[in-house]
Amino acid sequence: MDKKHNRNDWKRHKIQALWALLTNSYLIGFAQGKIYKGKLKNLCVPGLNCYSCPGALGACPIGAMQAVIGNWNFKFAFYVAGFLMFVGALAGRFVCGWLCPFGLIQDLLHKIPFPKKVKTFYGDKLLRKLKYVVLVVFVILLPMCLVDVLGQGAPYFCKLICPAGTLEGGLPLVLLNQSMRGALGWLYAWKNVLLIITIFLSVFIYRPFCKYICPLGAVYSVFNPISVFGYRVDKEKCIGCGACAKVCGMQVDPVKNANHPECIRCGACKKACPVKAIGTPMGWGLRKEEKVN
Amino acid sequence: MRRFFRSRKSGFYAAVLGLLLMGYGIYRGEMSVVVEKAINICMECIGIG
Repeated sequence: MDKKHNRNDWKRHKIQALWALLTNSYLIGFAQGKIYKGKLKNLCVPGLNCYSCPGALGACPIGAMQAVIGNWNFKFAFYVAGFLMFVGALAGRFVCGWLCPFGLIQDLLHKIPFPKKVKTFYGDKLLRKLKYVVLVVFVILLPMCLVDVLGQGAPYFCKLICPAGTLEGGLPLVLLNQSMRGALGWLYAWKNVLLIITIFLSVFIYRPFCKYICPLGAVYSVFNPISVFGYRVDKEKCIGCGACAKVCGMQVDPVKNANHPECIRCGACKKACPVKAIGTPMGWGLRKEEKVN
Repeated sequence: MRRFFRSRKSGFYAAVLGLLLMGYGIYRGEMSVVVEKAINICMECIGIG
C-alpha cells in the first residue's frame, strides 16, 4: 500500500513541478535579478505564486486581489474574484494538490524523515478556521479600509504574512540585487522568520501553511463541495476498512464527506482504496452504474 | 435546495457566474491594476516595502 501511495505521490509531484516550471519559466529573470514584464502578467495563475518571483509569468491571484481592492478607484476585485470562482467551481482544491508551487515545496519538505510526524493535535480543527480569518482580514478588509491619504491600501497579507513571497521573490531578488540588500529591515527579517517556521513545521506537519494560513486554499475550500471535479464514494462497494482516511494527509475521511473543504484531491485515498470505491462524478474510476450514487 | 448545492450542476452555474464576474472586472478596467502591480517588483511582497 505504501509503495503504491508513494508511486502515485511522485507522479503528482512531477505534474506539480512541471506546472511550477511552466508558470515560472522566465529563467533569464533568475540570472539578471529582474522580473517578467510581459502581457501574460494580465492573467492570474490558479496557485499561490508570487508575481515578484523572477521567473513568474502570471499574477498571483491573492496579490492581485489585494492590489485591486486596495486601489482607490475600485475597492472590489470582480476580475480576480470571478477568476477564483471559476477555477474553484470547476476544480475546488484540486489546485492546492496539483497546481500550487508552494504546495509542492511543502509536500517535498514533508518527505524529509522525522522521528515523529504529527497528524493532528489539540486545537487542529479550530486552527484550520484561521485561514478564513486571514482571507477576510488581511486580503479583503485591511487593504479596503486601512488606506493612505490617496485612498490606496497595501497588500497586507503579502506584506506581513506570505512566506511564498519571501521564498519565491524576496530571497532570489535580494540575493541578485545589491541595491535591495541595502534596504533590508525588520519586515524582511520578520518574513524570513515566518518562512523558516513554515519550512520547519512542514517537515513534521503535512502542509501546515495550506491547512491553517493560506487564503487561496480558504477560497477554494468554499467551492470544494460543489466543484465539478470532485470525489464520490460508492457506499455499496466500500468495506469500511478506513484505508482512505488513514492515508489522507489532510485528515479527511472520504467516506464521511468525499468533498470535504479540506480535501486537496491529491488522489491518495483513491489509490489506497482496496475495492476501488472512490471515484469522480465524471466516472473516472467508477463504472457507469456507480456514478448515480 | 440542499440537493442542488450537493449536485455538480451548482458547480457549473458557479463557474459561469465566475466568468461573468471576470468579464465585468475586465470591463471595469481592473486588469490594468493587476498588470501594473505584477510587472513591478512588489516591495511589500518581498519584505522590503
